[in-house]
Amino acid sequence: MTSLAWLLPAALTLGLMGLGGFLWALRNGQFEDLEGAGWRALEDAEPADTSEHDEASDRHD
Amino acid sequence: MEAALTTPIPALKNGATANASANVETITLSVPDIVCGNCIRTVESALKTVKGVSAARANLAMRRVAVTLCHDDDNNDGSNVTDLIAALKEAGYTAAELVEGADTAASRARSSEIIRRLGVAGFAAANIMLLSISVWSGEATDMDGSIRDLFHWVSALIALPAIAYAGQPFFRSAFSALRARRLNMDVPISLGILLATSMSLFQTVRGSEQVYFDAAITLVFFLLIGRALDESMRTRARGAAENLMSLRATRATVIADDGSIRALPARALTPGMRVIVTAGERVSADGTVISGTSEVDESLITGETVPRAVTLGDRVHAGTLNGGGTLHINVGVTDENTLLADIGRLMLAAEQSRGRYVRLADRAARLYAPAVHILGLSTFVIWMSLGSGWEVSLTHAIAVLIITCPCALALAVPAVQVAAMSRLFSRGVIVKTADGLERMGEIDSVIFDKTGTLTHEQIALADDQNTDSSLLARVASLAIASRHPYAQAIVRAARNRSIAIDPIEGVREIPGSGLSVVNNGRDERLGSAHWVGVNVDQDAKASLWYRADGEAPTGFRFVDRIRSDAGQTVKALRDAGYAVELLSGDRREAVARVAQACAISVWQGGLQPSQKLQRIDALRASGHKTLMVGDGLNDAPALAAGYASMSPASAADISQAAADAIFQGDRLGGIIETLKVAQAARRMAKQNFAIALGYNAVFIPIAMLGYVTPLVAALAMSTSSIVVTANAIRLRTKKLPLRPVRCRV
Repeated sequence: MTSLAWLLPAALTLGLMGLGGFLWALRNGQFEDLEGAGWRALEDAEPADTSEHDEASDRHD
Repeated sequence: MEAALTTPIPALKNGATANASANVETITLSVPDIVCGNCIRTVESALKTVKGVSAARANLAMRRVAVTLCHDDDNNDGSNVTDLIAALKEAGYTAAELVEGADTAASRARSSEIIRRLGVAGFAAANIMLLSISVWSGEATDMDGSIRDLFHWVSALIALPAIAYAGQPFFRSAFSALRARRLNMDVPISLGILLATSMSLFQTVRGSEQVYFDAAITLVFFLLIGRALDESMRTRARGAAENLMSLRATRATVIADDGSIRALPARALTPGMRVIVTAGERVSADGTVISGTSEVDESLITGETVPRAVTLGDRVHAGTLNGGGTLHINVGVTDENTLLADIGRLMLAAEQSRGRYVRLADRAARLYAPAVHILGLSTFVIWMSLGSGWEVSLTHAIAVLIITCPCALALAVPAVQVAAMSRLFSRGVIVKTADGLERMGEIDSVIFDKTGTLTHEQIALADDQNTDSSLLARVASLAIASRHPYAQAIVRAARNRSIAIDPIEGVREIPGSGLSVVNNGRDERLGSAHWVGVNVDQDAKASLWYRADGEAPTGFRFVDRIRSDAGQTVKALRDAGYAVELLSGDRREAVARVAQACAISVWQGGLQPSQKLQRIDALRASGHKTLMVGDGLNDAPALAAGYASMSPASAADISQAAADAIFQGDRLGGIIETLKVAQAARRMAKQNFAIALGYNAVFIPIAMLGYVTPLVAALAMSTSSIVVTANAIRLRTKKLPLRPVRCRV
């Protein structure tokens, strides 16, 4: 019984973290291009590519 | 800030970053040829080499690229989009600036809002189910009543805010329906959700054994899946249609009053502007010719394949193709008497007939909503009259509402439509509206337009002329200098026969007349009969003439190039029992030839847009459901009037907008595939309704008798939803025959 006192909040917190992660990903456009994301993972391109993009998008948001 | 602005060149990069927000522009380009990972890299790196581009991000799913441009100074803006398109062209990709429809942004916002609500509902449903399963298994063992109450309270804590947030789309829609004194599917849904939630809250407060929080939130979750599927499919179709439109949208070259020249998107033109249309370009706006002589190919407007000669003072229409000469056009106002205004009026009238169509799901809802309410009410009344007290009676009535809540019914149609549309999408057919697909499934006759639909847009040299190869080589060497459709057809014919073309220098083109050159001391001429100096009666069918000094003139005839699978498509349609007709605005002889080649026995030529419309109305009056397939502006009213309609991707903007579906590529096979899938989708939607109905037939009596516990409710609802969705998914891969149709005449 006493274990429930922390198990329930812990379970809910974990669930909420998952929900928060999903909403964050959604807002960040992670689901905009599901096909392209698969291809990008296979790319050997230099990481500078993405960092430049991130920097750019941070700047304009 | 001032320091940054005055910082000299070495610090430019940082300076640009600091004051970027003022000079940054994001441009979205439509690039339909992005199909794989390599394309992403090629396109992005090609764009990054363009001056001023700070970022380029390709989207494979949407076939678009978002480009961030930073201007160093304000002098060079405007030309940048052209630069980007040129850079992509060099890399081998066709691109165009995206033209977004007015409601696209709103629809995207709606779609992401539904997915947010879906996430919240999913989180709540999973956690409440976790608690509910503990309670159910606790009943079999030795769960303490206080722990059960605690779990109920925690469920309530999760469910109440989640339902209040995630259920809003249903509540809103139900509310607006009720206010308009109508019933829609959302009314029983909202009633079920709200009653189940409030009763569960009441039971939780009382410490009762049965609460339905899990049923209420799972219901919201499943229903939101249906909505999200529906919305994402629509967004995808609209995006693809916009990509096509963007590629067709022309940029106009405008001469300002001070003589300077700039390029503008055609949609930004205003009346009174002066526009140059060079040889071979599409006319960008309706207007009057103020200088120049040329011939315009109006096949997209009238279906007529022979170009019309235009000169000072003549009207030209947007979308027509300019021939050999350069035209200056004064952009005019679309006044009430133009062809376009006529077509607009006809379309408006024609569309009203289609507005009467009621979607399958709505038809089901009309029967379903009252039935559910009556069942719920009668359950309450019967239990009350049996003396069970209001609390028990209400519990059973609410159980009926929960169990009948149209989870499966609300998923039945969207799931099928998503499967059907994505199947068609992968085969190059864009279905723009869901009800268009439904209507397509009922078609029993097909009407084709000729020019651009059964035939290619380009004309071809008639191949029965047996022109001598060396003669054709000489003519082609001359013709390659011109962009006139006839000249280009000659060049294509030569290339098809693998004849080497050796361009001659010094060819002079007189717009509206023809070409002339002095080659090795001999005068050669290619053009109209008058230009070459032939007596027209000699061979009235020829429309282009060639004559070299001291030789007899040769005439060339041109015909429509019929699509390679036109005959096959018509045969497949006729074999399946569809009535096939050909209605064209072109000359009767040209139409007769195509009709014969495709084995279409019912055909009419030389029709006005209103006459096409009359024919469709006549067919409708005799009980036919007609699919109109056409591309021209003159087909637009007919497309709007047909029970369903399709256009090739090369069609005029207004026709694409009026069509229910657009097929891409050179083949007509997309029409057959669409009809097959539409028929199958209709069958499957009905199967799904049957499944949902069968489920209700089993569970409604159980609910009315009061045997539905929260566990039964949760199981029954999830199973029916999953069965319906699984049935729909079969459509994606299933092999489909074209089912015979009955002609009811």
